[in-house]
Amino acid sequence: MEKMSRVTTALSGSALTGRTMHCHLDAPANAISVCRDAAQVVVAGRSIFKIYAIEEEQFVEKLNLRVGRKPSLNLSCADVVWHQMDENLLATAATNGVVVTWNLGRPSRNKQDQLFTEHKRTVNKVCFHPTEAHVLLSGSQDGFMKCFDLRRKDSVSTFSGQSESVRDVQFSIRDYFTFASTFENGNVQLWDIRRPDRCERMFTAHNGPVFCCDWHPEDRGWLATGGRDKMVKVWDMTTHRAKEMHCVQTIASVARVKWRPECRHHLATCSMMVDHNIYVWDVRRPFVPAAMFEEHRDVTTGIAWRHPHDPSFLLSGSKDSTLCQHLFRDASQPVERANPEGLCYGLFGDLAFAAKESLVAAESGRKPYAGDRRHTIFFKRKLDPAEPFSGLASSALSVFETEPGSGSMSWFVDTAERYALAGRPLAELCDHNAKVARELGRNQVAQTWTMLRIIYCSPGLVPSANLNHSVGKGSSCGLPLMNSFNLKDMGPGLGSETRLDRSKGDARSDTALLDSSATLITNEDNEETEGSDVPADYLLGDVEGEEDELYPLDSEHVHPEEPEYVLPQEAFPLRHEIVDTPSGPEHLQDKADSPHVSGSEADAASLAPVDSSFSLLSVSHALYDSRLPPDFFSVLVRDMLRFYAEQGDVQMAVSVLIVLGERVRKDIDEQTQEHWYTSYIDLLQRFCLWNVSNEVVKLSTSRAVSCLNQASTTLHVNCSHCKRPMSSRGWVCDRCHRCASMCAVCHHVVKGLFVWCQGCSHGGHLQHIMKWLEGSSHCPAGCGHLCEYS
Amino acid sequence: MNRGGSNPAAAANYLLCTNCRKVLRKDKRIRVSQPLTRGPSAFIPEKEVVQANTVDERTNFLVEEYSTSGRLDNITQVMSLHTQYLESFLRSQFYMLRMDGPLPLPYRHYIAVMAAARHQCAYLINMHVDEFLKTGGIAEWLNGLEYVPQRLRNLNEINKLLAHRPWLITKEHIQKLVKTGEHNWSLPELVHAVVLLAHYHALASFVFGSGINPERDPEISNGFRLISVNNFCVCDLANDNSIENASLTGSNFGIVDSLSELEALMERMKRLQEDRDDEGTTQEEMTTRFEKEKKESLFVVSGDTFHSFPRSDFEDDVVLTADVSRYVEDPGFGYEDFARRGEEHLPTFRAQDYTWENHGFSLVNRLYSDIGHLLDEKFRMVYTLTYNTMATHEDVDTTTLRRALFNYVHCMFGIRYDDYDYGEVNQLLERSLKVYIKTVACYPERTTKRMYDSYWRQFKHSEKVHVNLLLMEARMQAELLYALRAITRHLT
Repeated sequence: MEKMSRVTTALSGSALTGRTMHCHLDAPANAISVCRDAAQVVVAGRSIFKIYAIEEEQFVEKLNLRVGRKPSLNLSCADVVWHQMDENLLATAATNGVVVTWNLGRPSRNKQDQLFTEHKRTVNKVCFHPTEAHVLLSGSQDGFMKCFDLRRKDSVSTFSGQSESVRDVQFSIRDYFTFASTFENGNVQLWDIRRPDRCERMFTAHNGPVFCCDWHPEDRGWLATGGRDKMVKVWDMTTHRAKEMHCVQTIASVARVKWRPECRHHLATCSMMVDHNIYVWDVRRPFVPAAMFEEHRDVTTGIAWRHPHDPSFLLSGSKDSTLCQHLFRDASQPVERANPEGLCYGLFGDLAFAAKESLVAAESGRKPYAGDRRHTIFFKRKLDPAEPFSGLASSALSVFETEPGSGSMSWFVDTAERYALAGRPLAELCDHNAKVARELGRNQVAQTWTMLRIIYCSPGLVPSANLNHSVGKGSSCGLPLMNSFNLKDMGPGLGSETRLDRSKGDARSDTALLDSSATLITNEDNEETEGSDVPADYLLGDVEGEEDELYPLDSEHVHPEEPEYVLPQEAFPLRHEIVDTPSGPEHLQDKADSPHVSGSEADAASLAPVDSSFSLLSVSHALYDSRLPPDFFSVLVRDMLRFYAEQGDVQMAVSVLIVLGERVRKDIDEQTQEHWYTSYIDLLQRFCLWNVSNEVVKLSTSRAVSCLNQASTTLHVNCSHCKRPMSSRGWVCDRCHRCASMCAVCHHVVKGLFVWCQGCSHGGHLQHIMKWLEGSSHCPAGCGHLCEYS
Repeated sequence: MNRGGSNPAAAANYLLCTNCRKVLRKDKRIRVSQPLTRGPSAFIPEKEVVQANTVDERTNFLVEEYSTSGRLDNITQVMSLHTQYLESFLRSQFYMLRMDGPLPLPYRHYIAVMAAARHQCAYLINMHVDEFLKTGGIAEWLNGLEYVPQRLRNLNEINKLLAHRPWLITKEHIQKLVKTGEHNWSLPELVHAVVLLAHYHALASFVFGSGINPERDPEISNGFRLISVNNFCVCDLANDNSIENASLTGSNFGIVDSLSELEALMERMKRLQEDRDDEGTTQEEMTTRFEKEKKESLFVVSGDTFHSFPRSDFEDDVVLTADVSRYVEDPGFGYEDFARRGEEHLPTFRAQDYTWENHGFSLVNRLYSDIGHLLDEKFRMVYTLTYNTMATHEDVDTTTLRRALFNYVHCMFGIRYDDYDYGEVNQLLERSLKVYIKTVACYPERTTKRMYDSYWRQFKHSEKVHVNLLLMEARMQAELLYALRAITRHLT
């Protein structure tokens, strides 16, 4: 302590000055080390070993220690260290396994002092004892660490790490007898210098080699380690078990790590490969470096703080043959370029939003969210006076919760399940979908469907007079024809629409701004609705008299037979479909196969009935009707779809797209369509609506989308006897040469669809089992199990 | 397969050693009978391998999990003498062939074919031609390199250099491949390809080095399989080892009792381990020792009495069977001794400046995730694998011997370790072994059973397979180091 204060005063007497500068070396550097007086730096490499004086404006070469005509391998340095007590003493580690000490006080040109040739392999690291003048430690590739007393010719003690190679050794600054060593296999060991027989403590710090470590200059027992796994970890060694306190994830393997003087939480790192920059991290903020030095053009191999009590000067040597002095104030600060806002959805639609405090504070009525602890990391609790660099931003985290219920997406699921997308004439589809929407209280959507019907369908079914009548008269006129459902639900229906709209924007409902926008939308709805909502219903009733009777029922309860309409595709033979659609790989390889061709092919099976019946209608309409042709509206319809998609109701956009088919497809560019399709399918799958999503995929004309259900169509089967996978054919096992799946009804091999009971695991051909279970409730295999087919 | 030798043309399908070829030229009527090969290896008696196999559940498990073909092929059978290693080998191979990676599956197998073709390794070519077709490769590509996309063809240059003279790879080669253009490679793709190339060059060394036999039940020829499957000259397979060997050693080393040979080797190892620092060796001498070793490796091949042919005879060898040549461009390009080029003295690769652990790993793992860990494990496994036995002796520390083998291979590719005394190589590796190492590592297609038999006659076959594994991995690492260094230089 006494010594340190002396040094500190020495520094304050003559404060360091300098600027960011660099000088060219003749060869790549492997390591650098600074003299105690902070005025000289030694650079060592395979073919360089020089001392430079650090002057105000430049580096000046002071001494070349590489003397002799034919330099030996002893001079090819892997590491160099300058004694922190004795200005004349240096040590180098050579790649051939020799440890050399140098005495600058020698009068001759050759300053080489002693040579230790005890290591068999490359010596990776040398380290002087921080206070003892004669103690030197080395760690080598051969897995041994040796402690030398410079007054003797041989090593005093040898420590065996029991591992392939030692990467770093560092004396503890605080504990006189302790040193840490890091290993190729990811371990860190703590040794007592007096006990060479076994290590005091060992733990695995990294996955893969630990390249470096550094003791904290002030906090006793803090050790930073850096490894090939791109991590820097800070360990607290004072506790019984080494505890990981901080972890910084860098972008490349960490070659060196050095604590920054006078800044308790800062450390500098450089990497071994690929990344040439030097970073200074605040370990409490492990995602963004506090500062970054970008001067080097090749990997940085050595870093050193110029003075143990000055945090602003960093020296570095690099493979690009330059020696640099970096000034902290010249560093680039990635924090300033980082985006200070963060936004994330929770599982249940909650929204968390973090932003700079200044931004958020302006708005009133918002309390910082206190539910989550982790946010505190962003808060700067109090300014640390020791931090000259305030890299910590303060930000506020707000979490918006959705009201229970309002976030419910049941409307989405219901709509998806009940919509009819194909298999019937357009008019019917539109009517049906409008009805579904209205029943779910989504009047605007219902209105849209009705209007689509009016636009695209033959006026023969909807007399123009009738139309005019309904539009003109409005609600009063429609009243007698309307069902009770409409009357009653008018008000609340709109209200719920508002709520739904809000839930579409999910958790944003709390913000005043969005609230207002939501009401805006609702207002629009109202205006739009007032004119035509009621008559639309009236129209429906008029056209399809039979269904009209069902309405009162519908309003309260989903019609039990309804779902059968929804998936008309089920009626198609499955096989047929598979054969019809072009296979995925063909799409990818055969470029000549244009999307149109494949699209129409894909359509052939599913859309044919719609198309034929529909073209009849529309053609007749276009030919004989004097009203505006549907094409006139296509721009409008397109905008409408865009509107829905932007509102987040991609369901509507896709449904209309499918129902209208060719009529609108050409107006919307392929990419947008594809985007809509994929979003909708993604949504459907999140709600486990596999059938619907599959139907949508099938009905889509976009090439990329229709490929979706041709991917991963393989079904892997295991043999029921030997439990081995059946590789070649699905029904005969190669190993036990038996047929694996027999039909319990006809006792033949099942080669196609196989259905089995989950209770007794008997089964057989789908058709056979279905037929059997119509007549009998027991298992056809005779096991007595009461099978159910659903 | 049309075996039986009734048709003289069938004999031409075999690569014949030059000796036999000379004889054949003299007497055209000589009919060479087809050897009856049994077991997975032509060098190792079947029972040696099979015995080990039947016991081993572990191997079967590994094969099931990691084999691409789903069966126990001959390579695996021979390697299963070292199950520990086999696991890391199969895992890394499976990963580069089947798991997530930047290259499509057929590409990977085609690259394997290209790599194997550089050493005319019909075994690997056949294997991967099959796999190539199985994974949906376009059959037309198998007609030869003219039929493959330009992009794949561009790999030829780097394939050729890697296989024979990896030290010539420069960042310009890499730049040429990744330069933006129609046929460019992305870096991850390139790294994947390089890993595959290095793996299959090295594996070809293993196949020839341990005399792997063709698979016994080749599937019905699909027209692209090569007919010639065995590259070992019949004279090797037919001869009676004991007699031949005696004459071989007699001519080369004088009559040394092989037992005392082994004892002497162990004695030398012990001495090296114990008192290493007989401080007479100056640094200059260390340097010269490496140079000496490098130069000496030049003459190593001519030491083989049966294969001491003038250079011109090698040119004959270079003429490939047409089947293989369709995958090869510039077939005349072969290994050339690193030390030979007097005028343009290429700098030695300093191992400490670019190590696998520090640099190679980081780069590979960055561009082709996870393969680094698998390769790392494999290299470490092969480097540390030991049973502490030598022939009949137990409890022997074989570290020095293993290191000598590893470093000798690297030495032939011009990689030098500062902390290694290359004098050790001379003390530990006898001449016949050096011949074998050099052949296996540099031109494996010339390996003969005689070479295999002539070294370390006291040692077990499993130990010789161990040697082969070391050679294979050392070679792979050397190739990778050169290629990755070039990529790193390209990046900086």
